[in-house]
Amino acid sequence: MAINSDVLVIGGGLAGLTSALKAAREGADVRLVSYKQSSLRHASGLVDLLGYTPDGEGPVTDPYAAMADLHDAHPYQTVGVETVRESMSMFDEVTDYRGDHTDTNALVPTHGGTVKPTARYPTGAAAGLASDDRDVLLVGIEAMVDFDAPHAAAHLEAAGVPFDVRGETIKFPGDLQADAKITRYAKLLDNNGEVAVRGRKKGARDALAERVNTVRENEARVGFPAILGDAHTDGVRAALEEKIGADVFEVPMGPPSLPGLRLEDALFEALDESGASFETGNPVVDFDADGDTIETVYIEKNGARIPNSADQYVLATGGLVGKGIESDRESVKEPVFDCHIEHGEDRYDWFDGDVFGDHAFASFGVETDETLRPLTADDAVEFENLRAAGSVLGGYDFAAEKSGSGVSIATGYVAGENAAAEAR
Amino acid sequence: MAQTPHIAVIGGGSTGIGIARDLAMRGLDVTLVEQGNLTHGTTGRMHGLLHSGGRYAVSDQASATECIEENRVLRDIASHCVEMTGGLFVKRPEDDEEYFQQKLEGCKECGIPAEVVSGEEARAMEPHLAKDVEKAISVPDGAIDPFRLVVANAASAEEHGARIETHSKVTDLIIEDGEVVGLEVEHASGSGKRIHGREGGTEEIRADYVVNATGAWAGRIGDMAGVDIAVRPSKGVMTIMNIRQVDTVINRCRPKGDADIVVPHETTAILGTTDEEVEDPEDYPEEGWEVDMMIDTLKELVPMLDEARTIRSFWGVRPLYEPPDVGSDDPTDITRDYFLLDHDERDDLQGMTSIVGGKFTTYRMMGEEISDHVCEKFGIEAECRTADEPLPGSEDFSVLRDYMDEFGLRSPIGRRSVERLGSRADEVLKTSDPNPTVCACEGVTRAEVQDAISQSGSDLNAVRIRTRASMGNCQGGFCCNRLASELHGEYSEDIAREAWDELLQERWKGQRHALWGEQLSQAALNYALHATTQNRDRDPADGEPIDFAAFDTGVEAGSASGTADVAADGGRRDGN
Repeated sequence: MAINSDVLVIGGGLAGLTSALKAAREGADVRLVSYKQSSLRHASGLVDLLGYTPDGEGPVTDPYAAMADLHDAHPYQTVGVETVRESMSMFDEVTDYRGDHTDTNALVPTHGGTVKPTARYPTGAAAGLASDDRDVLLVGIEAMVDFDAPHAAAHLEAAGVPFDVRGETIKFPGDLQADAKITRYAKLLDNNGEVAVRGRKKGARDALAERVNTVRENEARVGFPAILGDAHTDGVRAALEEKIGADVFEVPMGPPSLPGLRLEDALFEALDESGASFETGNPVVDFDADGDTIETVYIEKNGARIPNSADQYVLATGGLVGKGIESDRESVKEPVFDCHIEHGEDRYDWFDGDVFGDHAFASFGVETDETLRPLTADDAVEFENLRAAGSVLGGYDFAAEKSGSGVSIATGYVAGENAAAEAR
Repeated sequence: MAQTPHIAVIGGGSTGIGIARDLAMRGLDVTLVEQGNLTHGTTGRMHGLLHSGGRYAVSDQASATECIEENRVLRDIASHCVEMTGGLFVKRPEDDEEYFQQKLEGCKECGIPAEVVSGEEARAMEPHLAKDVEKAISVPDGAIDPFRLVVANAASAEEHGARIETHSKVTDLIIEDGEVVGLEVEHASGSGKRIHGREGGTEEIRADYVVNATGAWAGRIGDMAGVDIAVRPSKGVMTIMNIRQVDTVINRCRPKGDADIVVPHETTAILGTTDEEVEDPEDYPEEGWEVDMMIDTLKELVPMLDEARTIRSFWGVRPLYEPPDVGSDDPTDITRDYFLLDHDERDDLQGMTSIVGGKFTTYRMMGEEISDHVCEKFGIEAECRTADEPLPGSEDFSVLRDYMDEFGLRSPIGRRSVERLGSRADEVLKTSDPNPTVCACEGVTRAEVQDAISQSGSDLNAVRIRTRASMGNCQGGFCCNRLASELHGEYSEDIAREAWDELLQERWKGQRHALWGEQLSQAALNYALHATTQNRDRDPADGEPIDFAAFDTGVEAGSASGTADVAADGGRRDGN
């Protein structure tokens, strides 16, 4: 006896979560299954719509205006610009992000010292916008190799930001190991845990603020690496702001990224509230189809194959990074349903010799019809009850365009909506 | 002689650096110039095998005998560069029994300790060997880190007063009255440690004698003096796996052939190789079928290689040489022996000797012979000490230490660091500052990176060869930016940025022969991290000035008046 639902979403990243959430809000009985940790933990936590055109023009000020000029195969064209707006409204409703007051992109400094265009940013990053002309002090932690504050400050200066920026490196209060994980820092701040400073016990927030006060000159804004709490990040930031007397912000970081993980948590919470069920940690290993209708997929759990049946399916397994697309020496494949993926015969045609060149692999993915159903090599629908969303889609280079989150949200939204409509 | 002769050595590979160390230890003044980083040429592109000599025990017994001698010397003087893995010559059912016996005999004739082991015994040592491997001969092959060895030789040479100049290309030889009296050198940047972006310059280096140790490039130096040095460069491919499928060097026991060796090297295993003559040591085809051949042939010995992940492939060029009267057609027939070409005797050109041929394992012996030759020219009687004095890092060290207690490092990281640093571990790792890990794949800490920067300047590829940082699974995806940050402070932001770009590009390029499967996924992640989060593909510091005022200034920005008049040069505003 299989586990049954109206809609089964495969994949627990931004696209899968959005699609499950939309389908559930449409009244469908939704189940989401995911295997690996999603790539959200690698993501900065910024939500980009479109930062640069495929021709490399940019940074784009108005992503919606720029979307209209994209080529026909781009997922944004498939779903339509208005739908992108709609999907972003749902995103704004279930998360605590900023940037929804305007269609204009924000420029946010990130850990290497560049700025990047993005449409939405966590509240914790709001005071750090590069178009705000108040002076900035960046504070790095001695033992954190991913954020060197003086280096990032010098790099921002070279980018011509409209404010003075300085970097200082401090020792984080307390006796953390040099290789402590970022979650250790975050927990200590979350709980305002006791640390010993010159033999006296203090709360970690107070001790940190005091250290910053010894190096701050009079900058109106102070930026930290994104370690300011996990469960109580707003409280941590408010406490630091009060004690330092300046606006405090987090600089988005590389993996493992707390803002990315916080976003994942927020979306799972929203999904839980919507009544959908989900199960993580087990891969889809096989499926049964009757002609071009998927009937059952099999999830491998503790060595057993558990059948899951649904009326409609959403494939949101990610791209090459998330392993929703795989390759070997000869070919590129979509491993769950073996959907067609267009690729060059010669593996040397899959990439460019320049690290930031025009890489074919960056656009690998399934092509779809206008309802996001994957297509075969001769443009027939692979399965009438399967839709694809997010990075498993082809036709766009999310890294160069800075469009990854937006495409995942918009296509996830549409795939979920269509699946729910069909399932009723 | 009253004054000390000054010897100019051209070439910063193992041969040149071995000569520089030897001559410097004998008290001569030495200047060594290298066009790229140390190991830039053939040395940095070898399979990392410390030969027992077994490979040549049938075909080239002179080389085999030299190999086993030097194998013993290097285990002693370069212990921190060597891992004595042991080696096996493996026989499959289709391989010739007679040759197997010849190999065994040959080893004995050359003084190479060799024993026959059964297929079962071989599989007990190496569980991933093919089920149908019949038997094997065990020999004392090992793995050696050519970068570490050359850097240690350079450090020793400098301790003895030598001047080592990298990124310094010889543009001409200075010849007066039929004698080579010096070099014209173009420095890619200022003298001493390399600094990117600073104006280089040319320098005339006068010398009493010149040693041409440029290997596959020897002909070019010869051309500058109008003498003919017919080196026959032969290329070979090496494919690096992401893990050690074997812990012993695995050789295929057959006369000669492509893709017949797997060398465990640090965290990886290196598959090799081919032997194909090329015209130009810097410009030859590197093709995917060669990589496929490595995997598809060597999986006959180690089946799991078929599905394994490879992190990159590289090609090296052997500087093969044979006397003009031999005339082999096939490069595999050319001897691996080395030759001193005294241009005075050979071409009536005084003041220069070239050393050609030879192999990495015998680098020290070659250095000794040419140093004897140079000393003889000047009537200097000085003993060679390179076989007796350990290299810096190899003076009495043990890796069995309490890493946490001594260095505050967790065991795997402490162990790898100490293995790399050898006896220099204390001076490098004992620090009162926090010492976080910069490169997690290879366990390289900040202290070790800073030590490398102090040796090599702002060139992150030079830091890489000293530390292995960015040479692991992720190929720099997670640590290129961190390494650039380690440069910043001592070096300005623009120099750090240039070094960062250079390393990122070097790591990317080297993966081109490995981009499928897990490694393509990794490359896609690296690309995403650098382009998406860090926006390094459109770094505003490199591009057109941005009109910051045209973007979101936030809802509650304090005084977001916006300044649209950003300096056109992207420079700083006043008021710092």
